[in-house]
Amino acid sequence: MSHDHDHAHGHDAPLPEVVLRVKALEALLTEKGLVDSAALDAIVDTYEKKIGPRNGAQVVARAWTDPAYKARLLADGSKAIAELGYSGVQGEDMVVVENTASVHNMVVCTLCSCYPWPTLGLPPVWYKSAPYRSRAVIDPRGVLKEFGVDIPADKEVRVWDSNAELRYFVLPERPAGSEGLSEAELIELVTRDSMIGTGLPKPVGASA
Amino acid sequence: MNGVHDMGGLQGFGPIDREAQERVFALFFGGFAGGFYNIDMFRAEIERMPGHEYLRSSYYEHWLHAIEALLIQGGAVTHAELQARIAELQAAGRKEPH
Repeated sequence: MSHDHDHAHGHDAPLPEVVLRVKALEALLTEKGLVDSAALDAIVDTYEKKIGPRNGAQVVARAWTDPAYKARLLADGSKAIAELGYSGVQGEDMVVVENTASVHNMVVCTLCSCYPWPTLGLPPVWYKSAPYRSRAVIDPRGVLKEFGVDIPADKEVRVWDSNAELRYFVLPERPAGSEGLSEAELIELVTRDSMIGTGLPKPVGASA
Repeated sequence: MNGVHDMGGLQGFGPIDREAQERVFALFFGGFAGGFYNIDMFRAEIERMPGHEYLRSSYYEHWLHAIEALLIQGGAVTHAELQARIAELQAAGRKEPH
């Protein structure tokens, strides 16, 4: 990349000073009984591993196999996602956008990092980074290329800017050759990035 | 509110970084669960960061900035306590060879 000049400022590198601030704050809060380190570990673990993109993958697989569900999902994302039991903080108002043969959708939050927690878990760090937030809207095809997604010039790319009230979710295209697969097998093909729009589902046979 | 947090279209940030800082995330929940702030207060605190600080610090440093400010405002900790503990940790760190 040509933007190496600002490495010295390290705007995305944690400084030792930051580590000290975090340690000091956690120690003080623990001593005062305001937080419990074990509880904090459990929270991180839950959001990273249990509530995760698998919830969203189930939504996608259901939409691929059940046309009536897909219609409900595109008409009212929040409601259809709640049907499967996924709702709550940071996922109250969901809009689902569908990838088709002629349209590729991707999601960003240019203002901060708004992301649908109940369906996708915690946002990946790159999603929250200044480079992604700033570039997704001026050079979406370039950003997609960095993620290994090459969108043909004749395919439209739509970028959706999520915000605190409303979060977008991409319904990826069902992979070719997946017609005979069960919902459980389809879930395995759905990646987190394919629901953000910075990736595609795995091809059939890749997950086995 | 317009401000530097509105990053759509800004240029010159280089490649996309993928490193995580879990503890700040956990502390966010600690303060949130403790009732010291809600998500709007949290976001507003980040948006009030001076532009030069916002741009030279990482995403989780923005969080840390807001968590510290809101916990101090809420009376959970004082600025002096935090500074003292940071100095202690710094001194302890210097004694251990790295």
